[in-house]
Amino acid sequence: MSGDSVVAPKLAAPIVQLIDVRKTFGAVPVLNGISFDVAKGEVVCIIGPSGSGKSTLIRCINALLPVTSGTIRVADIEVGDPRLDKLALRRKVGMVFQQYNLFPHRTALQNVMMAPLHVLKQDRIEVEARARALLAKVQLAGKEDTYPGELSGGQQQRVAIARSLAMRPEVMLFDEVTAALDPETVKEVLVTIHELADEGMTCLLVTHEMGFAREVADHIYFTDKGVIVEHGPPQEFFTAARDERTRRFLSQVL
Amino acid sequence: MPRLSRSVPPVLCAILIVYAGSAHALGPPTPASALEIVIKWAPLLLGGFAFNILISLLAMALGTLAGFGLGLLLISEQVLARRAAWSVMQFFRNAPWLVLLFFAMFLIPFRITVMGVTIPLPDWVKAVIGFALPVMANVAEILRGAVASIPSTQWEAAESLALSRRQTVWLVILPQCFKRMLPSWMNLYALITMATVQASIVGVSEMLTITAQVHAAEGGRTDLFAPLYGFALLCFFLYCYPIDYMTARLERRFNVR
Ligand SMILES: Nc1ncnc2c1ncn2[C@@H]1O[C@H](COP(=O)(O)OP(=O)(O)OP(=O)(O)O)[C@@H](O)[C@H]1O
Ligand SMILES: [Mg+2]
Repeated sequence: MSGDSVVAPKLAAPIVQLIDVRKTFGAVPVLNGISFDVAKGEVVCIIGPSGSGKSTLIRCINALLPVTSGTIRVADIEVGDPRLDKLALRRKVGMVFQQYNLFPHRTALQNVMMAPLHVLKQDRIEVEARARALLAKVQLAGKEDTYPGELSGGQQQRVAIARSLAMRPEVMLFDEVTAALDPETVKEVLVTIHELADEGMTCLLVTHEMGFAREVADHIYFTDKGVIVEHGPPQEFFTAARDERTRRFLSQVL
Repeated sequence: MPRLSRSVPPVLCAILIVYAGSAHALGPPTPASALEIVIKWAPLLLGGFAFNILISLLAMALGTLAGFGLGLLLISEQVLARRAAWSVMQFFRNAPWLVLLFFAMFLIPFRITVMGVTIPLPDWVKAVIGFALPVMANVAEILRGAVASIPSTQWEAAESLALSRRQTVWLVILPQCFKRMLPSWMNLYALITMATVQASIVGVSEMLTITAQVHAAEGGRTDLFAPLYGFALLCFFLYCYPIDYMTARLERRFNVR
């Protein structure tokens, strides 16, 4: 397999595994052979310039987009399998979007309750109790009956995180979840993600918050033009980047 | 702005009444005044009008139900179902309502027998079906448009929560569509109500038919033409204007949000 050079050695069996993933939109190549592993409980940050394919990559992992070639495995589910049970995959993978994407016609509590109630068919009373607990966990106790339109961006994003967590996912994907927020509210969302990471949730996050990546990540991948240019633990990555492209990018964002 | 438009109907009423009065004043000497004649026949005329409303309500209910089903087919994942629904929708949306009414009149039998029970289908029932056809096509298109106006990110969010397609449509997409559909749907209702007078052409005893009969019964006096038909005009106006007004208000309210 190609891309061997960028596969990070892992001790435990990986919960997410990408092998030579390629994706083209029509004739436009966006991912050109991405390979990496994420171990259970690991926090991985993906950084890179705009248009380098970070969102595309993350969308391929929960099958919102089909890959063109290569293998993605999530908790023993073969994502590229034509007979893939997408719903089974998505029960294990939570996703939080840049634009929150809450359901505007439902209250915060109803947003959090919807999937466990209708997808997992759990008991309503239990689901509600857990949804309330999750909202309290993301510091939104008291906002249960508020509609998304009446919440700030930071609050909406935390509801979105609680909504994903309600499915008890094994992996959480975050795609630039603070990019649409005011600088003051970015922190409250990052604190929430940090807590999650500390609790041992496996997280894959695309972010432009270098300080946060450095603080929270176990491993950082730098992508450009659909390939992983460089990767390593944060200390090494931020202080001793070897590749010219990485250094140029870091000098712009740091 | 709302204040101004609210004062429009009374002004128009006054104009109509003055016009009716003046038409009478200009006419030859008559045994009974136009107003007296309108009042005398008002119960019958209003009965006809109630029939128009009944036809419009039933056509709207039936058409909305069918249109909703057709609209769901329009957004189906099955290519064949989608194409078929699209053809049906286009056909009935682009046919003149009167032609559809004629078809309903002459193609639907005057009675049907279902499991030994004979159900008569009087002309007005056929008219309801005739009007329900364009309602169906328009409601389907309104639904399709509303669904298309929901950002694709809502679909993605629902999908990423492992909701099935059916759950996504019923729990996430459609509830957001109803509000968006309401103004167009109400507008369609006002149009259908006004179109129900076309049923007079195929012999249904609705208000216009009765107005013509009353006119004939009063000897077809030319000076009665304006008051009698003016009365019909007034009834429709007073019924449809508030609907139109509400539609505009809803539209404005939804746009602000
Ligand atoms: N559905 C699509 N159809 C065609 N091209 C697409 C599609 N989605 C993304 N692309 C293209 O793929 C490339 C990578 O897009 P992607 O959104 O993955 O980048 P990104 O790294 O997330 O950028 P950003 O930091 O701006 O979010 C871009 O050039 C984009 O134009
Ligand atoms: Mg992106």
